[in-house]
Amino acid sequence: MRARSAAVRKGSNLFALGCSALAALIGLAFLIWIIAEVFYRGIGAINWDFFTKLPAPPGEEGGGLANAILGTMIITALATVLGVSLGVLAGTYLGEFRHTKIADVVRFLSNIFVSAPSIVIGIFVYAVLVVPLGNFSGLAGAISLAIIMLPVITRTTEEMLRLVPTGLRESALALGAPYWHMVWHVVYRSARTGMMTGIILAVARVSGETAPLLFTALNSPYWPTGLLEPMANLTVTIFNYAMSPYEDWQIKAWGGSLIITVIVLLMNIGTRTLVHRMGRSKSGEGH
Amino acid sequence: MRSSGQVSSSSQWRDTLFKASTLGSAIFILCLLAFMVLVLIIYAWPSITKFGLKFLISLEWNPVAGEFGALTTIVGTLVSAALAIIIAVPLAVGVAFFLTEMAPLPLRPIFSTAIELLAAVPSIIYGMWGLFTLAPIMGDYIEPWLEEHFGFIPLFSGPPMGIGMLTAGIVLAIMILPFISSVLRDVFKMTPQVLKESAYGLGATTSEVLWHVVIPYGRRGVVGGVFLGLGRALGETMAVTFVIGNAHELSWSLFAPANTIASTLANEFTEASDDLYLSALVELGLVLFLITFIVLGIAEWWLKKSAPKGKGA
Repeated sequence: MRARSAAVRKGSNLFALGCSALAALIGLAFLIWIIAEVFYRGIGAINWDFFTKLPAPPGEEGGGLANAILGTMIITALATVLGVSLGVLAGTYLGEFRHTKIADVVRFLSNIFVSAPSIVIGIFVYAVLVVPLGNFSGLAGAISLAIIMLPVITRTTEEMLRLVPTGLRESALALGAPYWHMVWHVVYRSARTGMMTGIILAVARVSGETAPLLFTALNSPYWPTGLLEPMANLTVTIFNYAMSPYEDWQIKAWGGSLIITVIVLLMNIGTRTLVHRMGRSKSGEGH
Repeated sequence: MRSSGQVSSSSQWRDTLFKASTLGSAIFILCLLAFMVLVLIIYAWPSITKFGLKFLISLEWNPVAGEFGALTTIVGTLVSAALAIIIAVPLAVGVAFFLTEMAPLPLRPIFSTAIELLAAVPSIIYGMWGLFTLAPIMGDYIEPWLEEHFGFIPLFSGPPMGIGMLTAGIVLAIMILPFISSVLRDVFKMTPQVLKESAYGLGATTSEVLWHVVIPYGRRGVVGGVFLGLGRALGETMAVTFVIGNAHELSWSLFAPANTIASTLANEFTEASDDLYLSALVELGLVLFLITFIVLGIAEWWLKKSAPKGKGA
């Protein structure tokens, strides 16, 4: 290391610390700016009609996005059922039989899969579901979201199962419990909070996804009538409305953005307090 | 409960079923990935056979004439992601360092939570914000200022329009900042306290500890985190589609509208009228998939290699 005077070193240290604090402030400032903007522009669109009425025809004022809100709920719920059941099982395999060759390969690939471009997953589902069925459909949208959820759930389930002490498993097995019984009543039970957190965060993530729905669920100005038809959803509606020339639609897009942001942030903050509370009550019990 | 009193044959059967279903789900993930690549290749086949390798180096994208080349979108994808990395990485190092070493202890969880919430905001919200808030500011103030002072560099010349490559890079940077920050924070935390305290004991300042101890110690993790952010930036669709301007043109100017693979897919996929057009778009998707797969694979491999070091400490 070059010899430098104490004053220079102290000065450069202060400078570096200043930059670092500034970076953190910039990060925080953008968060506040983005959220403030969403609230400021979106709040004007929120009224009773917004939640209860169908969209108005292009260029006309009024109407709401009730069908899109309902559609997003249906698609997300279906995706959650599919993604969670498969993801928890696969995560259980990685967590319980962690040293097998297959577990290593699946772990590596699902870590990559987590960040795979979601629009490519949309193309895949378009090719295997939309083309053969001859129709854009809510079902295809739900399946593409489930595929996005799958590796996320798998990973968090594995991580949470790894935290369960081996001693617990061994005592259950020593008492004569069959393996599945031990996993179901001991491992899952002690990893419950963590698994729930992972699931809620995954739901929050896919409920804001847009790209994979563009060519699967498409969008619709009507109420959802069946899973095999194009289904209205909030995120694609936001995209279409934002790109439209009608000011009323652009305001509606901000209203939709506000709803999605609030739901996603609430889910995130909710899981944090859940984890916090569980952590406290556990340490209170003296585990 | 039910099985504990029963003879072992039924519980053995359940055990086998349980293990088989977990194994089956794990293998399902493998098959799904393989199937996905296979389906993309099948759909892209007409375009692969017609254009061959020329697809990757041709600038021509003309759906009417049936001529398709991916170079413009590949360059757009790489440039926008590179811009995002250049902007986000220094910020992320600052944020991570602030979180692990500087922030007052009671404030750390608050800052951590805030940065992680930034990661949870859906990308379409970044797109909305980028299009309606950032783009006008870029077009009215920042780009004219850049042109006035740095206009001699081709990158910063041309009409300031607000939407274009530079705005897309900035929105992407804000999007990946929390991802990189939280990886770096975890990496920085892995540095053993003893190492840091030895350096402090020798009289090192806080920033010297960062440069000479913390970053070298977590080198692999830092690179892995950066690649993870790069992978996100390459595949991001909505945030970019809103602000990049969607023009199939290559330009030296960062102010000019451009295109990425993901934004092209978002804009044109449902409009693709003939089979060749659709096939060329799917091939674009395949190229994107392979690029991100390689980048994320490197990140994963790198982070995995760095992990045991931390556990051993």
